[in-house]
Amino acid sequence: MAVRERLSGNEAVAYAIKQINPDVMPAFPITPSTEIPQYVANYIANGEIDTEFIPVESEHSSMSAAVGASAAGARTLTATSSCGLALMWEELYVAASNRLPVVLALVNRALSGPININADHSDSMGARDSGWIQIYAESNQEAYDNFLQAYPIAEHKDVMLPVMICQDGFITSHGVENILLVEDDLVKGFVGQREPEHYLLNPQETLAVGPYAVSSYYMETKRGQRQAMINARRVILEVAERFRAMTGREYGFFESYRLEDADYAAVIIGSAAGTCKAAIDQIRNTTGKKVGLLKIRVFRPFPEEEIATALAHVKAVAILDRSEMFSATGGPLGAEVRAALYQAKCGAEAVNYLYGLGGRDITVDDFCQVYEKLEKIAAEHRITDMYDYIGLRGV
Amino acid sequence: MKKTMEIRWHGRGGQGAKTAALLLADVAFKAGKFVQGFPEYGPERMGAPITAYNRISEEPVTVHSNIYAPDYVVVVDDGLLETTDVTHGLKEDGAVIINTEKEKETLLPFLHDYKGKVYTLDAKSISMQTLGKNYPNSPMLAAVVAVSGVMEQEDFLKEMEASFRHKFAKKPEVIDGNMKALELTFSEITKASA
Repeated sequence: MAVRERLSGNEAVAYAIKQINPDVMPAFPITPSTEIPQYVANYIANGEIDTEFIPVESEHSSMSAAVGASAAGARTLTATSSCGLALMWEELYVAASNRLPVVLALVNRALSGPININADHSDSMGARDSGWIQIYAESNQEAYDNFLQAYPIAEHKDVMLPVMICQDGFITSHGVENILLVEDDLVKGFVGQREPEHYLLNPQETLAVGPYAVSSYYMETKRGQRQAMINARRVILEVAERFRAMTGREYGFFESYRLEDADYAAVIIGSAAGTCKAAIDQIRNTTGKKVGLLKIRVFRPFPEEEIATALAHVKAVAILDRSEMFSATGGPLGAEVRAALYQAKCGAEAVNYLYGLGGRDITVDDFCQVYEKLEKIAAEHRITDMYDYIGLRGV
Repeated sequence: MKKTMEIRWHGRGGQGAKTAALLLADVAFKAGKFVQGFPEYGPERMGAPITAYNRISEEPVTVHSNIYAPDYVVVVDDGLLETTDVTHGLKEDGAVIINTEKEKETLLPFLHDYKGKVYTLDAKSISMQTLGKNYPNSPMLAAVVAVSGVMEQEDFLKEMEASFRHKFAKKPEVIDGNMKALELTFSEITKASA
C-alpha cells in the first residue's frame, strides 16, 4: 500500500533521496533548493541514511566533487537553483561528456538580473545543450516520482548520462500538496544498486577520466553522447513502464490532457500545466470547445516525432515558454516544437508566448484567453501576436 | 462545504502566517481533504508583508496560481489594513477575519465597503491568557476553521491535540495551554458572530 502524505516538493525530493540512500552528496545552499540538502543532512545526522555529505564552498565545487565521486564509482547527487546552476556550467559539461550518471535535483529559479528568487526556467533551459537528460514536474507527486526514476535511467549501461530532475521553485518546492509515497522496500528494489562498468576505484582496471581529447577523438566523443541520448528515449520509457507496474502511475515523454479530440492545444512545461488543465475543464464544461494540453515531461532528449504526432490533428497550438532566449523571437520550447511541427509537415498554426518570468503568476483566466486567441488565429489564418508576453503590465 | 475552498492569509514575515497556512493544510489533510498550502514571497526580510494561501477540496487540485477571489481572508496583523487592500477579490458570501485589539467599527473604513462578514479576534489576549505569551497563530487557525466550516470543530481539536503532542513531546506542559487557546477562540468567535 502506498503511503498517503502531504509534503512540499522539496520535502518530497529529500524523502526520495532518503529512500534511495545514495553514496555521496556534495552541496552548496541556494534558495529555493536549500531545503533539499538541509533535510538530507538531517537524515544523515539522525543516522537514517549513511550518505557521505560534502559541504563545499561553491556550486563549482559541488559539481566538481560530484564528478569525482561519480567517476570513483559512487552513486552521487547534488541540488541547486538558478545562479548555483550557472556556477556549475563547466562541470555540467564535464559530467555529461565523461558519461557520469550524476543526478541533480534542480529547483527552477530565474537567473539574475534583476536578482529574483522565484520560478522560471531560465536556469535549466540555459543548460539544455550541456548533455544532461532533463525531466520536469507539474506537481510534488511528479517531482518525487521523477526522482525515483532518475538513477535507473542515468545508470543504464546504454545511457550513462547525468539527469536533471526539475521542479518549479516555490510553486511546488515550497507548496504543500497531497502525495502518495512508495514503500521503502519497493523503492530499494526499483532503484537497485549502482554497478559501474568502469570506475576509478577499481584496482583491476587502471583508468583516466577526463583527459585531453585531440581533434581526432573529440567529435567521436560527442557522437557517443548523442547515441546515449538516443538510447535514453527507449530507457526512459522502459523505466516509466516499470514504475507504472509498481505504482499504477503512468509517465512518458509528455502527458496529453484532453488532447485526442482537441482543436486548440497548449504546449507547456512545469507547474502551470495544472492551472492549464483547470482552464481546459472549465472551457469544455461551459462552452464545449475542444481544447487540450501537451505537457512536456522530458525535454532532453527531445521527443520531436512523438510531439508532432500528438499535435497532428489540432488547428492551432500555443507553445508557452517560461524563459527568454533573446533571439528576439520566442523561447526555446517554442523553437523546438515549431521545428518538430515543420519537419512533420503539420498544418497547425503555431504561436509562441512567454509567461511566468521571475515568478509572474499565470492564472486560469490567462489560459482561457490563450485558447480564445487560438480560436481566432485558426479562423482567420493570421497571427498578429506571434511572441507575446502573457500578463505583462502596462501593455 | 463548497467543492474547493480558497483562503488567503495576510501577515508579516516572521509572524507565522505561512506556518499557519501550512498547519491548516496539515489538519485538513488529516481530516481526509485534498490540500494546498503555499507562500508568496516578496523581499525576504522580517516584517515585510507576506501572503500565504490554502486550497482545501474534496477532489484533487491541479491549479498552481495564487488566489485572487478567496472565500476567506485572514489578517494576522491589523497594521496591514492601512497599506494592503485585504478584501480585494474576497467573495461577498465569504468573510474576513482580523486579529486586532481594536473595536471592529474602527477597522471598517479600511475594508473598502466589503459587503460580507467581518470577524475580529483578539488573538494576542487569548494567547496571553492561555499560554502567557503572544503566539497568535493557534487562535487565528481556530478562527478560520470556525468561520469557514472547512472541517468539524471536534475533528480539528482532535487533530491539533495529536499534533501538539507530537510537536511538544519534550514540553508537555504547553499542550493544555495551546488546546485552551483553540477552545477559547471557538467560544469568542461564536460570540462575535452572534
